Amino acid sequence: MKTIHALAAGALLAAAAGQANAAEIEVLHWWTSGGEAKAANLLKEKLEAKGHTWKDFAVAGGAGDSAMTVLKSRAISGNPPAVAQIKGPLIKEWGDMGFLGNIDKAAEDDGWNDFLPEEIAAADKVDGHYAAVPVNIHRINWIWANPEVLEDSGVDHVPQTWDEFFDAADKIREAGYIPLAHGGQPWQDATVFEVVMMGIGGGDFYRKAFVDLDPEALTSDTMIESLKTFKKLRGTMDENIAGRDWNIATSMVINGKAAMQIMGDWAKGEFTAAGMTPGEDYECVAPPMTESMFSYNTDSLAMFDVDDEGQQQAQLDLASIVLSKDFQVQFNQAKGSIPVRLDVSLDDFDACAKASREAFDVAMDEDALVPSLAHGMAVSDSQQGAVFDVITNFFNDPDMKAETASERLVSAVRAAE
Amino acid sequence: MPSNVSAPATGERRHRRSLAGHIERVLPRLVVAPSLAVALFFVYGYMLWTFLLSLTNSRMLPQYDFVGFAQYARLFANERWHVAATNLVVFGGLFIVSCLVIGLLLAIFLDQRIRQEGALRTVYLYPMALSLIVTGVVWRWLLNPGLGIQAMVRGWGFEDFTFNWLVDSDMAIYTLVIAAVWQASGFVMALFLAGLRSIDDSLFQAAALDGASLPRIYMRIVLPSLRPVVFSAVMILAHIAIKSFDLVMALTGGGPGYATDLPATFMYAHTFTRGQIGLGSASAIMMLCGVLAILVPYLYSELRGQRNG
Repeated sequence: MKTIHALAAGALLAAAAGQANAAEIEVLHWWTSGGEAKAANLLKEKLEAKGHTWKDFAVAGGAGDSAMTVLKSRAISGNPPAVAQIKGPLIKEWGDMGFLGNIDKAAEDDGWNDFLPEEIAAADKVDGHYAAVPVNIHRINWIWANPEVLEDSGVDHVPQTWDEFFDAADKIREAGYIPLAHGGQPWQDATVFEVVMMGIGGGDFYRKAFVDLDPEALTSDTMIESLKTFKKLRGTMDENIAGRDWNIATSMVINGKAAMQIMGDWAKGEFTAAGMTPGEDYECVAPPMTESMFSYNTDSLAMFDVDDEGQQQAQLDLASIVLSKDFQVQFNQAKGSIPVRLDVSLDDFDACAKASREAFDVAMDEDALVPSLAHGMAVSDSQQGAVFDVITNFFNDPDMKAETASERLVSAVRAAE
Repeated sequence: MPSNVSAPATGERRHRRSLAGHIERVLPRLVVAPSLAVALFFVYGYMLWTFLLSLTNSRMLPQYDFVGFAQYARLFANERWHVAATNLVVFGGLFIVSCLVIGLLLAIFLDQRIRQEGALRTVYLYPMALSLIVTGVVWRWLLNPGLGIQAMVRGWGFEDFTFNWLVDSDMAIYTLVIAAVWQASGFVMALFLAGLRSIDDSLFQAAALDGASLPRIYMRIVLPSLRPVVFSAVMILAHIAIKSFDLVMALTGGGPGYATDLPATFMYAHTFTRGQIGLGSASAIMMLCGVLAILVPYLYSELRGQRNG
């Protein structure tokens, strides 16, 4: 009994003396699938090495939809977690409502402005102050291809223009394969559409149409051509796309049932899990006309406003761990994305990640770096939903004209403001 | 209840004095009071709150800038809401009618004193034991043209056979009806069977003596006396139809496009994932109005009819 008391007292003393500013912080995130969970665990270990306690609050499902629902209910009840995974314009919305704290201190100490891409850092600031820390960069515009299927169909390379693409699709179809694997869920439809549109319209047009939601751009000839090309893609898919999950579509490419899939670079995780090597067993190539473009999707950890000094310190520590070089390397290798720090070497990464970084640099120079609308980086939730509705309805309704769809885009976006 | 407690005038004094009597009087109210309070708060209180929110400009979180009925105007200008509302009428109507017809026929056939009735009854009733999510997933596989019924029939050699309602935006709503009817008609059968069993055999015999044919007996005597059962069945089916959410999520996910959206899925999407709480609340209130518009006249006519009878 006595020894236990002594031990307990000793432990308390040690805790009080050694970790005056240590605290428990609750972290809401949706990194729950295989590689992602491993990546999240890495962050937890590094935070706990600094003496803080990580209270895990993982909410699976729906690309963060469920997590956001939980976060809102916690915020309404006045009990938000200290840290939450939020992204894109939503960070600003939460900040404007006064929920977020300020981590400028970490940014100054570590010199974030020296190594973060300006465009990406801007999304993590509220009124010019950092309220969130970016973790990674995903590239959306990728085609994942099965080289064996392409070869068997007499197609010698992944198509670089849409005309080439449809010619290749005919050959692949004749050889008995599905040209394009796809899942008929609104966000997947929107992913394919935005990739088609950015190729046809270019970076400036994309920003006008999908960031500013400019009615003129939305009804322009470029938009109509993009919509028509997108609809034509329907014919290169199989009949059973309705409701299919993205990873099932990826497995069709892996199994050699389908030739290609248009999907962000998280698809790489499925190929890796199947024991395939990029460049040999599968290929990652930019979709037609988007070679020098980069549509990005960035995860961020937003810091909520907390009173407790220990928790504030824990938030700052977490932020600087997230942007430390070795964490950036380990985390992004596990997740399939590329580091958000421009000064991190990608020597240990696979070929696709290296290609992604190259495309990123080129796109930055050519002003062709654009936020993905399909992944919540470009516009508010309600406007994104309105765009999804029109795109997915147009894609699934054989009778709807591209002109009608472009007019509906304008009215739907206006109604969602 | 109160009349039981205080009825005998001679025992009144004793009752008042005894603690047991006091408890007996108060206890029922005490026991009922919390659930009543909870119901008032969580059902009617939240209805009121939803209505209030529908008059505000709430987006991601509730806030109280009142904008009158602007959200309702936006709701009725919304393409997707029209699809959802139309779908509910199609789905609800077909679902209720099909369940009633199939349930009644099954009940009449089972009522013919056949062998193994108990086993058959269980077979028909079993789908009700499954959750709608399971029903949805099973039917999604069955109706998937690439691996379900269509693939099977084509495998038998009928290469031209097509049954692709699930992926056809005009027909997808009917797949919801198929799955929901499969799930609920056994339950309606059980209701009707109980109703049929409660009809006095002498009625049949008397009608038969008068020379009425069997179909005529069913049309003129049995069906009218089943009216209260129809009433209960419609009530239960209507609320299943209106709150259908999980079935849609599991079977079609609202797709293709948003072709199979129902008001419940519309409400969920806008309130919880799209940060349009005001619009979502307006749609919830419209759902409530829809329910009331159907149920109140029906309840009124049925209950008045019973009193007269």
